[in-house]
Amino acid sequence: MLTIKNLHAEINGKPVLNGIDLELKPGEVHAVMGPNGAGKSSLSKVIAGHPFYEVTKGEVEYEVNFKKRKLLEMEVDERAREGVFMSFQYPLEIPGVSNLEFLRTAFNAICKHQGAPEMDVFDFSDFVAEKRKMLGISEDLLERDINVDFSGGEKKKNEILQMAVLSPKVAFLDETDSGLDVDSLKTIADGISKVRAKDNIIVLITHYHRILAYLSPDYVHIFKDGKITKTGNKDLAFRIEQEGYKDF
Amino acid sequence: MEIENKVVEDVPHDKKEASKVLASEYQFGFVSDVESESFAKGLDEEVVKKISAIKGEPDFIRDFRLKAFATWKKMQEPTWAAVDYPPIDFQDISYYSAPKKRPKVDSLEEVDPELLRTFERLGIPLTEQKRLTGVAVEAVFDSITVGNTHQKELEDLGIIFCSFSEAVKKHPELIKKYLGMVIPMSDNFYAALNSAVFSDGSFCYIPKGVTCPIDLSTYFRINASETGQFERTLVVADEGSSVNYLEGCTAPMRDENQLHAAVVELVALEGATINYSTVQNWYSGDKDGKGGIYNFVTKRGLCKEPNSKISWTQVEAGAAITWKYPSVILRGDNSIGEFYSVALTNKKMQADTGTKMIHSGKNTRSKIVSKGISADDSKNVYRGLVKIGPGAENARNFTQCDSLLVKDKCSAITYPNIEVKNNSVILEHEATTSKISEEQIFYLQSRGISLEQGVSLLINGFCKEIFQKLPLEFSVEAVKLLELKLESSVG
Repeated sequence: MLTIKNLHAEINGKPVLNGIDLELKPGEVHAVMGPNGAGKSSLSKVIAGHPFYEVTKGEVEYEVNFKKRKLLEMEVDERAREGVFMSFQYPLEIPGVSNLEFLRTAFNAICKHQGAPEMDVFDFSDFVAEKRKMLGISEDLLERDINVDFSGGEKKKNEILQMAVLSPKVAFLDETDSGLDVDSLKTIADGISKVRAKDNIIVLITHYHRILAYLSPDYVHIFKDGKITKTGNKDLAFRIEQEGYKDF
Repeated sequence: MEIENKVVEDVPHDKKEASKVLASEYQFGFVSDVESESFAKGLDEEVVKKISAIKGEPDFIRDFRLKAFATWKKMQEPTWAAVDYPPIDFQDISYYSAPKKRPKVDSLEEVDPELLRTFERLGIPLTEQKRLTGVAVEAVFDSITVGNTHQKELEDLGIIFCSFSEAVKKHPELIKKYLGMVIPMSDNFYAALNSAVFSDGSFCYIPKGVTCPIDLSTYFRINASETGQFERTLVVADEGSSVNYLEGCTAPMRDENQLHAAVVELVALEGATINYSTVQNWYSGDKDGKGGIYNFVTKRGLCKEPNSKISWTQVEAGAAITWKYPSVILRGDNSIGEFYSVALTNKKMQADTGTKMIHSGKNTRSKIVSKGISADDSKNVYRGLVKIGPGAENARNFTQCDSLLVKDKCSAITYPNIEVKNNSVILEHEATTSKISEEQIFYLQSRGISLEQGVSLLINGFCKEIFQKLPLEFSVEAVKLLELKLESSVG
């Protein structure tokens, strides 16, 4: 359970979140929509702990394994180890570090934190192979440096691969569906629905209802000027697709 | 000045064990503290003569020194390097200082906690921490130290591995033959100075056909304040022999002597191989760069005869100013020269480093892989020369220069020079510049990877080709050293 209370945040002194209240419960899928600059990406970055954002007011309560934690007081890596995940709208390229090594380091860091046994190179390769196939990712992509010379679609798939490997409790997916062709969109949506479980929360930040057709969200929130201006069910997404944001 | 030549197990199975070996060695070395005088500041012919007399050197060494001094007097301090420092007053230096008693403290609790944290992170054993910080340690003699056992093994194979002074006395014929063969006294300002006043150093000779069974390592046994300012190393590998030679250590080395001008000469005869690895972490000064060491080193190898190979691997992580170009002269046909380097600069450090590959033999090959990491306000220069002489038929060179910038204020510059006087050669050059950004670190952290691990991934990724060339134990320490140096810059 993730409870966001009256969250205000700014970047470079410019307010981007102006009082967000949101309650996310295990098993739910939430969609966040809204015009450009409404604060959708900012919300996911603040939740993940991006260093450029400053929280000026409000709090975020994170309940995991029957423990209540103040999320905003946790370091970025600790949030991740406790099950918070954000898929990047623009995934970073990291030359020199192989994708597979990156995944295994992250996976083992989380295992260690949660007291689970770490996996060796061989077991991990098998484990990843299964997830990789599910997302139609070629083996060669694992050997390559993180996101370096990946196509747009490959980068997005790689984000979802990371989610599938790390199996987070709360996942903010920031425009994962942008820039994908129809087939890739379906593959990614299938991938996400396989990771979806009774005990995790998925927040889809999107401009399109297409992905929502696959993942049928329980709630759709409309963001504007750093605030939630309306919350509804998935029909809301269809209305927006047709009418735009002017009435919200 | 006391240097101990010591030997370390080839590839230790267990790092702790290796540390134990080191620690016990130091205890052994600790008792041989020698007290003697230091010279007043200043340098003239009399001083040079006096150094030679104190060391009881034969005439040919004294003459070598005097000739070098005469040459040096006529030379100008080089100013072409892209480093910036106030002029050095060469008359304001004492050119002979005997090992000094260090200021002793009673326990580690009296030592700068920041320094202790560094030691801890580098996994330096307690005994050695005490040694480095000058805590009084009760000297314990082991009747048989591991070092001694190896020394015996080396002797049986005919390998000579001793201090330079000892070699001058015991093996004058070898010294006479090879001293200055690769780096003539007139080579450059600092090499000439070193040739005139060198304090001590190491000598190593591997006889024909012998593969040295262990990595040879010179490790300064006395605290940094007493290490040689003007060190001299000579390694000779006779026909068909091979040796791995390690120099330096990862522990931060402090020294009251700001100027260091060492000379290292390597000679490989027919079919011989020398791998020379250095990890250097001289004190680089405080945050404003004050008090750091100026490290002006001349290192060169000569592939004198056919089918020989010399490989330099260096991890440069210290010194306020580094001026260093380990080079190879490829004279023998089919000989191979390699240079693998990681140079890290942070704070106000300045490094102007690189290599020269001088091809004169046929079918000679050289490979240069240089990785520069600059952080904070530092300046990191790669300066290289690939020179192909007219007789170097079918020579080949591959050069790769990669720079990694951490944040905005630092700089990385490469000067890859090429001179070709033969049309049958193939030269390749690759270069990249990349940057560690806060966004990249955030990306890694957002997947559960700690800052420390993230920096380690990035550094390892960038330097893996070089680290692979280092002996295992050295490479583990080198990685940790770089991580430690960069964490404060990234975090």
